[in-house]
Amino acid sequence: MTANIYLDNNATTMTAPEVVEAMQPFWTEYYGNPSSIHAFGGKIGRPIKAAREKVAALLGARPEEIVFTGGGSEGDNLAIKGTVEALAGKKRHIVTTRVEHPAVRVAFQHLEKQGFRLTELAVDREGELDMNALRTALTPDTALLSVMWANNETGVIFPIEEIAHLAKERGIVFHTDAVQAAGKLPIDMSQIPVDMLTISGHKLHAPKGVGALFVRKGTKLVPQIIGGHQEGGKRAGTENVPGIVGLGKAAEMALANIDQENQKVRNLRDRLENGLLERCPGSVINGKNRLPNTLNISFEFIEGESILLMLNDHGIAASSGSACTSGSLEPSHVLRAMGIPFTLAHGSVRFSLSRYNRAADIDKVLEVMPGIAERLREISPFTNQVDGQSWGAPPACQS
Amino acid sequence: MWDYTDKTMEHFHNPRNVGTMENPDGVGEVGSLACGDALRLMFKLDEDGKIKDVKFQTFGCGSAIASSSALTELIMGKSLEEARKVTNQEIADFLGGLPEQKMHCSVMGRDALLAAIDNYQKGTPADKKVDSNVVCNCFGVSEQEIERAVRENGLVSIEEVTNYTKAGGGCANCHDDITKILGRVAREANGVEILSKPPSKKKKRMTNIQKIQLIQETLEREIRPSLKKDGGDIELVDLDGDTVVVSMRGTCSRCKMAEFTLSDVVEAKLREFVSDDIRVVEEEEES
Repeated sequence: MTANIYLDNNATTMTAPEVVEAMQPFWTEYYGNPSSIHAFGGKIGRPIKAAREKVAALLGARPEEIVFTGGGSEGDNLAIKGTVEALAGKKRHIVTTRVEHPAVRVAFQHLEKQGFRLTELAVDREGELDMNALRTALTPDTALLSVMWANNETGVIFPIEEIAHLAKERGIVFHTDAVQAAGKLPIDMSQIPVDMLTISGHKLHAPKGVGALFVRKGTKLVPQIIGGHQEGGKRAGTENVPGIVGLGKAAEMALANIDQENQKVRNLRDRLENGLLERCPGSVINGKNRLPNTLNISFEFIEGESILLMLNDHGIAASSGSACTSGSLEPSHVLRAMGIPFTLAHGSVRFSLSRYNRAADIDKVLEVMPGIAERLREISPFTNQVDGQSWGAPPACQS
Repeated sequence: MWDYTDKTMEHFHNPRNVGTMENPDGVGEVGSLACGDALRLMFKLDEDGKIKDVKFQTFGCGSAIASSSALTELIMGKSLEEARKVTNQEIADFLGGLPEQKMHCSVMGRDALLAAIDNYQKGTPADKKVDSNVVCNCFGVSEQEIERAVRENGLVSIEEVTNYTKAGGGCANCHDDITKILGRVAREANGVEILSKPPSKKKKRMTNIQKIQLIQETLEREIRPSLKKDGGDIELVDLDGDTVVVSMRGTCSRCKMAEFTLSDVVEAKLREFVSDDIRVVEEEEES
């Protein structure tokens, strides 16, 4: 491998060395159970409190509104199932979007099977929600609305502030999956009436297996993991102390440099975006109003997995919404919801950056990507229509 | 990342016989841009009716490109009658196996070959489906294509049918139809072995000698040939209960995929033909 260029930070991130260092004493030195009476346990309470304060600060929340979880999927499940359970089936309608992460989407579909009425909101070609459709979808029977802050595949940002007000005016519980937004966008729960918000540690340079759910004071929530008093009774289980300390450190670091670092990341992303558009004819950007770190780009006539395999040969890690990379046969549900034709969705590549990327990383991609596209197009039957004939019958696959 | 064999990756990086040709004798086209993979195959015959030149163009993932390349190598120099007999399993075997969910790549290769042969022999259009009774509308897969894949590969579930043909991998509306096809093929087989279905396992308790013999036979028949194609080999060293100790020879022993080959190919085959409890380990290196 010639290089080691990681551009798949929406999938997971490197744990920051400072985070690893902060966690270090909590394996062999401070390994007590915070619930214990003795001194071993007593030493753990304060670091957890400090971590809770740091996570709260990142979100503009109060420390007592932070529930530590085992990660983003757990946070989403707790928020969604815990809310409808708390409402004891008084309201039977739930609303989300078609582009949510599976942790939200599948949880909603699970509730639908249990008899809830589900509305999944569509997005347009740019990945934006139709706010009128959203308003219409919210009814007196609506129990819960969940809309992600930013999309993991395209980076498209939703107007969470506006949506939160719409929900509040109607007395609907509003949850947002902010797993991709935390650390990349300013989040201030003291200003926006969101009821619950999920974050995940490993998307912001903390380790995997830890996350947090912001639960606004007064929000009714039935715990989904029971059998212990931890986390204010909202999530049983002995605290993942090293993970929580790591998440605290990562939140502190993210908040400290949020503007400066994201501007740097944005500059690199824009350089990559403009460079690829310029150097690779037949490339199209998916999504308009995006996170500073995300670029989802489709290359015509070539397929995403092949692109990733060739990028990998150059030590470059990215991901794709192509069917072949997921093991399913259909391309990403997000790109399909946006109405991106199958033909482009199969050739989509997501580059997602972090604070650890350098200009040289971007230059390497710009150096090799045109050759990869050219090579695959040489092999592809769609680019060399020398005989002027169009390819076969129109495809059966709907686009 | 998929577990592709070294040979699959090698054919992906250096595909053989890429391109087009002037005045081909036969042309076959399958798939489409929208479906996520597509293959155009053309060949030219010599005066004896043997394939003297073959070219392909493929849009698709790594295994689709590698399968197309493998197909061209397999049919070069063959008569059309011989080429017609090439199965998708042979394409997969040529590459040292494909991940189960990628078997449809090998089926696509075989279908393009049949379309190209029909194009030459019967004058059907290159992209003409030999049969038109489409079962899966999402991916345009016909009843006959599904039935053929079921018969030739001994498929028994919808999931397997999807892995091999893509049928049923979209809206799922055709799952009932696929179940019917599976049922029909199974009834037709009616106790008779489906073509490539493995012989039933010996359920009765075997002596160690019998077991060793069966292991040897299986290694010889199922495993050695494909390893040898890659310049490797395998030897049975010992048998301890259900633990089979083998030694990898030749390129296999140095190959970083050896572990993959052991568990996914050798162990799977021995479990299939000898006993479900077989575990394969490699002989510890003498130091």
